[in-house]
Amino acid sequence: MTKRTRAVRLGTAFTAAALVAPLINMASSASAGAQATYPRNETLYTSGTAYNPPNNFNPNDLGSLYTGTAGLLYEPLFLYDPIHNKYIPWLAKSGGWQGTNYVIHVRSGVQWVASPSGAVKGALTGADVAFSINLAKNNAADPWNANVSTVQGVSVSGDTVTVHFSKTPAYTSWQDFLWNAPILPASTWSKLSTTDQLTTANTSPVATGPMLLASTTNTQACFSVNPHWWGTAQLGLKFRFKYLCDEENSTNNQELSQLLATNIDWSNNFLPGISALVNGALGGNSGYGIKTYYPTKPYMLSANTVWLDLNTTKAPMNNANFRQAVAHAINTQQIESSVYAGTVQVASPVGLLPSLKSYVNNSVQSKYGFKYSPALAKQFLKKSGYKGQKLTLEVPNGWTDWMAGIDVIAQDLNAIGIHVTPTYPQYATRESDLINGTYDMALDNNAGIDATPWSYFQRIYNLPILKQQSATLNWARYTDKTAWSLVQQAATVPLSNTAKLKSIYSQLEQRFLQSLPVIPLWYNGAWFQGQTKYWTNYPSSTSPTDQYTPIMWHGWLGAMTTIYALANLKPA
Amino acid sequence: MIGYFARKLGTYVLAFFLGATIDWGIPRLMPGNPVQIYVAKFQLQSPGAWEALNKLFTKAFGLNVPVWKQYLNFWNGVIHWNFGVSYTQFPEPVSHVIFSAVPYTLALLVPAITLSYVLGNRVGAMAARRKALDNTILPVGYFFQAMPYAWLALAMAFFLGAYYRWFPIGGAYAQGMVPNASWSFVWSLISHWFLPFMTVFLVSFGGWAIGMRNLVIYELETDYSRYLRSLGASERLVRRYAYRNAVLPQLSGLALQLGVVIGGNIVTEVVFNYPGLGNLIFKAISGEDYFLLQGIFLFIIVGVCIANFLIDIIYVLVDPRTRLSMQGAQA
Repeated sequence: MTKRTRAVRLGTAFTAAALVAPLINMASSASAGAQATYPRNETLYTSGTAYNPPNNFNPNDLGSLYTGTAGLLYEPLFLYDPIHNKYIPWLAKSGGWQGTNYVIHVRSGVQWVASPSGAVKGALTGADVAFSINLAKNNAADPWNANVSTVQGVSVSGDTVTVHFSKTPAYTSWQDFLWNAPILPASTWSKLSTTDQLTTANTSPVATGPMLLASTTNTQACFSVNPHWWGTAQLGLKFRFKYLCDEENSTNNQELSQLLATNIDWSNNFLPGISALVNGALGGNSGYGIKTYYPTKPYMLSANTVWLDLNTTKAPMNNANFRQAVAHAINTQQIESSVYAGTVQVASPVGLLPSLKSYVNNSVQSKYGFKYSPALAKQFLKKSGYKGQKLTLEVPNGWTDWMAGIDVIAQDLNAIGIHVTPTYPQYATRESDLINGTYDMALDNNAGIDATPWSYFQRIYNLPILKQQSATLNWARYTDKTAWSLVQQAATVPLSNTAKLKSIYSQLEQRFLQSLPVIPLWYNGAWFQGQTKYWTNYPSSTSPTDQYTPIMWHGWLGAMTTIYALANLKPA
Repeated sequence: MIGYFARKLGTYVLAFFLGATIDWGIPRLMPGNPVQIYVAKFQLQSPGAWEALNKLFTKAFGLNVPVWKQYLNFWNGVIHWNFGVSYTQFPEPVSHVIFSAVPYTLALLVPAITLSYVLGNRVGAMAARRKALDNTILPVGYFFQAMPYAWLALAMAFFLGAYYRWFPIGGAYAQGMVPNASWSFVWSLISHWFLPFMTVFLVSFGGWAIGMRNLVIYELETDYSRYLRSLGASERLVRRYAYRNAVLPQLSGLALQLGVVIGGNIVTEVVFNYPGLGNLIFKAISGEDYFLLQGIFLFIIVGVCIANFLIDIIYVLVDPRTRLSMQGAQA
């Protein structure tokens, strides 16, 4: 053998060995009972929600849980329908206040089922519900702990669970618990230590939800339909797909190409320029078969309010006239059209999402609200005592839409004489800047969709201000004691007392518009793109019956009406 | 000879120690507190709950002890092959995360480096003696060698993936497949592997071919080559000697190039969403995943040290002068 052939053979051997290595490695990690290949026409492919590989299915670890943990596996007592502003009894058959007690009637016929085997592990009982409430109450580190802060005790009688509250229950927080917190199986969960209850990976979940965890790989989690799910018999909800595979997110361009190549059916990614593909603006090329919730502008439901945070502990941001000048100087309409091509809506001056419009006092808003007017902005700026300081405006690097958005904002502000430079630090740096108050101006979207305006105003006005504002509250570091006491007051008003609530929120709205601790800019969309090659009948504003939330993000799938949207899908 | 290798080994052990220490230190100098970022994902609306969770996770990640102790724990972990828990993939141990990615990176790098080196040198040597080849291979070599990895990867993905659709362009195998021992899965692996492999291969290939072509031309003009020719040796024999001499700087170059290729591999994997170490580094940096970053870099440091050591050994085998000098030293 010559040296040359030896080298070539060596190279070939290396290549072969290197290629076979992953195969051996991966084959050994494939879980038992999983499909080798999920048949395309029986599988719904979703994406746009997960940024890490699927290895955590603990519904209490909100930092790592994979898509579907809440919603497909674990379920709450109620769902909230933000489109029609109503609650849907879920694991609770019904529930309501009796004085300062909240009485829950637990649904019968609900089974705890193990994944992936599908073995039934017993029925859901009142004890499971009581266990879940106590779990949150007894562990300060539990993510739902603040929601049950006024709970005094829980008593169970058969399928009736009575939750006893202190004299003044925190109604809003408790309501949020009802439609957000997962109900856990007391039998398996009670065996874990208090730390493990929050940190275990829970890769063999025992849950009540519509699907079972079938398999995971480095980049996807596949679920199969749970044959024992209560919703099929009791609500007539039946999935037409057998499997649902959620793909881990990659880059925007990868996601778009996967959607166009019909590899993804249901995408919850922000895809720049998607409106052009939906309405065929690209030379009449509308052959991509992509659906959005609204067929035309704004295409997407609104998911959260984007605020311009101003660090009010620093000059000139601590001056209300300066903040008014900024608010009047920004042309959000231009951001809506040029950056988002119509896929977002410009925020109202108060900034509450459209689903909460019933709480907005329109006369207050039109009297005190701001609108784009460089002339007025200049007047406010004159009164503000701004001395030409150089300021920065930051958003996380890689959030391309926000990066383009603050370029527009910086131009607008510079045009009236405020010296602003846009900066794009890494996500972690920006987060740390906001938490520690080491920034001038920044965008944030902490104020997500909710059933009441309470969390919106809590995020603005929460006191006291700590050295590290680590909970996502009051990043503007604005002190308004009156407003904060109004927020605290609102927390203790029963949700049925709408007159009282509206009066409190109306006062808050007025204070907010007069002082502008943060400036509402636009509503980020609940990004949804449905590919119609394999599945149709996606939720749509034009359908009389199929108006559900088409979103798999955490906080939506296991809390709002996404399950209905999934059950309505039909094969193409 | 033993003294030579002991010296080399000592250098690599020292390099490993320093590299690992820097590897431990650098993530800690990055701005931001990863536990803070992790807990922020909970979107908590209560400072009290935040405090409790922060404490819990600081402990879970082993950051509740003084920095010097963290450093000692790190070395203790290295010895026991325990690099801690990943932030971004909590509660998965870092070693698991790395081992699930390593095969993909090896599948790209090992063939890309060896084939580009072997073929690049051969083609470069051929180009040095054939005008036609020199006029075609050389410009093509320069073209690829000067190409940034990311750009070539994007061009490949666009033309061969998106436009002509000859190859798939995302992941390591088709979505909806669960790894299994079947031909369809192997085929899926190969078709997904091809474009990222070609990207790393072509850039390196260009570099080796150009280097070898220049070296061989230089060697053919040296005194020993002229002397050989004047003795009447065949042109083939002269070329063989020239090649053997020219390959030595290339071999040293290979050791130096390893780091560059690994860097290029990172961007290539990101472009193709290929689930290897490069992609993992990218995610670990954006997620401030201390332990994962540390683990991956440690793995790379070990890999580069071992590869360099192997090259040292090969150098002794292919260059008789090193052997002779060592024998001389012994005598």
